[in-house]
Amino acid sequence: MTTASETAVAPPEPGLEPGPVTRKPSLRRALVPYWLLLPGILWLIVFFALPLVYQASTSVQTGSLEQGFKVTWHFQTYWDALTDYYPQFLKSLLYAGTATFLCLLLGYPLAYLIAFRAGRWRNLLLVLVIAPFFTSFLIRTLAWKTILADGGPVVDVLNTIGFLDVTSWLGMTEGNRVLATPLAVVTGLTYNFLPFMILPLYTSLERIDPRLHEAAGDLYARPSTVFRKVTFPLSMPGVVSGTLLTFIPASGDYVNAELLGSTDTRMVGNVIQSQFLRVLDYPTAAALSFILMAVVLIMVTVYIRRAGTEDLV
Amino acid sequence: MSLVRWIRRNLVVLVGLLTLAYLIIPNIIVMVFSFNKPAGRFNYSWQEFSTDAWKDPCGVADMCDSLSLSLWIALWATIGATVLGTMIAFALVRYRFRARGAINSLIFLPMAMPEVVMAASLLTLFLNLGAELGPTTILIAHTMFCLSFVVVAVKARVLSMDPRLEEAAKDLYAGPVQTFLRVTLPIAAPGIAAGAMLSFALSFDDFIITNFNSGNTVTFPMFVWGSAQRGTPVQINVIGTAMFAIAVVVVVTAQVITNRRKKTALPK
Repeated sequence: MTTASETAVAPPEPGLEPGPVTRKPSLRRALVPYWLLLPGILWLIVFFALPLVYQASTSVQTGSLEQGFKVTWHFQTYWDALTDYYPQFLKSLLYAGTATFLCLLLGYPLAYLIAFRAGRWRNLLLVLVIAPFFTSFLIRTLAWKTILADGGPVVDVLNTIGFLDVTSWLGMTEGNRVLATPLAVVTGLTYNFLPFMILPLYTSLERIDPRLHEAAGDLYARPSTVFRKVTFPLSMPGVVSGTLLTFIPASGDYVNAELLGSTDTRMVGNVIQSQFLRVLDYPTAAALSFILMAVVLIMVTVYIRRAGTEDLV
Repeated sequence: MSLVRWIRRNLVVLVGLLTLAYLIIPNIIVMVFSFNKPAGRFNYSWQEFSTDAWKDPCGVADMCDSLSLSLWIALWATIGATVLGTMIAFALVRYRFRARGAINSLIFLPMAMPEVVMAASLLTLFLNLGAELGPTTILIAHTMFCLSFVVVAVKARVLSMDPRLEEAAKDLYAGPVQTFLRVTLPIAAPGIAAGAMLSFALSFDDFIITNFNSGNTVTFPMFVWGSAQRGTPVQINVIGTAMFAIAVVVVVTAQVITNRRKKTALPK
């Protein structure tokens, strides 16, 4: 930001703590960005980066609450944590993956509808997409207990159309109930993270020039071909950020599994939470948390590389 | 062929509206059940209509305390994250300096990490430092994770600003302070407001990070979480419905203001 005209006297820079007055103005100008960055970045370093370091060191400690924990480079903890809790790990990835896929399946038509066919209803529909956030996330998750209640209308309908037979065969439900089954957990996860899928999808669909559709049609492409060859490839950035914004929070979530599931549907988040807050086995919990972070970061990095996008918003 | 196309086209609309229903139904359930008179401790099945809970929203022990605590934390976390995040956003857009990549990663990572990882690692820090868990640690945590969202919101706005406006102000003999207060800040304001509103919503509704770092302090989401085990008072639904109503009013007001602005705006 250099401008042609500099005023002769440089008053202190606005909105930040001025450096020591002894410095030359030019040097002070060069330091402006650092003064702007300092407080916020320091906050992130101390309360985001440093905790990760502490967590890494905790994961290789041994000891107990009574004797205190010591760093003994005990990497065995990682192996034990994995062998003890790999079912919950796999369940996390499975449920989060399924929920992400369902979000894409359900969210795409709605994003498409808002982007291309909503006309003057567009703003209202967008507000409706974020409307769920207007009520506390936990209250809404509890509402699913009412919706999926045993013998309630929803379960009855699903029973009648044979849907529950299919899900039982898939191992997602047991008998004729939905609550406290994997299906309920996946339903909750899908519901809670659906807006995070729809919004980036909508943003990328909205950028598509509708004339491209017309052009494809003029070149005798069938609607399905237009979608396959034009719309979907162009919406890829939205698909990438939508799936990430859904999968990442879903993989670590333990609220849905706790409120809508049973002991058989525990995810890795539930294990970390109970190890940390109830069992107080910090090394195991830290190791699990670290593994989860590593898995997610590796997946995200590979995925972003493959898709070649960096703007996630 | 045209019939098939018509069905296809309306299939998108149909599925889209079904998805919308899936999104909205829980909110409607929350509203409806705020007028329920439950038979037992849990408010999960419909019994009979009553407005008792609406007449006495704070009739449940500790609920309104947790609510005011949540609002207080959200307010301060929003102020902190908005100030720090706006400064970072301006620095990133306006200046070239070393370590940009590292700083961008540091801002991006909190958004690309499962909340439980951040929650657990922050708890290890507080345990190691011997910090007492309570409102302060919650506030620190909330400010930390709201920061990134503010940076993203403000950055988007500042990037789309026309630098010539500020140059024009300088040409008209406005000092740096005046330029910032009279030109830069008003133009960036919508981005800052969006970031602040997002922060407030995120902080107010945060559960996982709070669950780990709150000690014995109970915020409103923590209260709801506890009630899932003890029994869910109807008042929870009353609060949920009231929150919804307030948010709708805010959105509608914002929309009205923007429309007015558009009408009165100077032609470009």
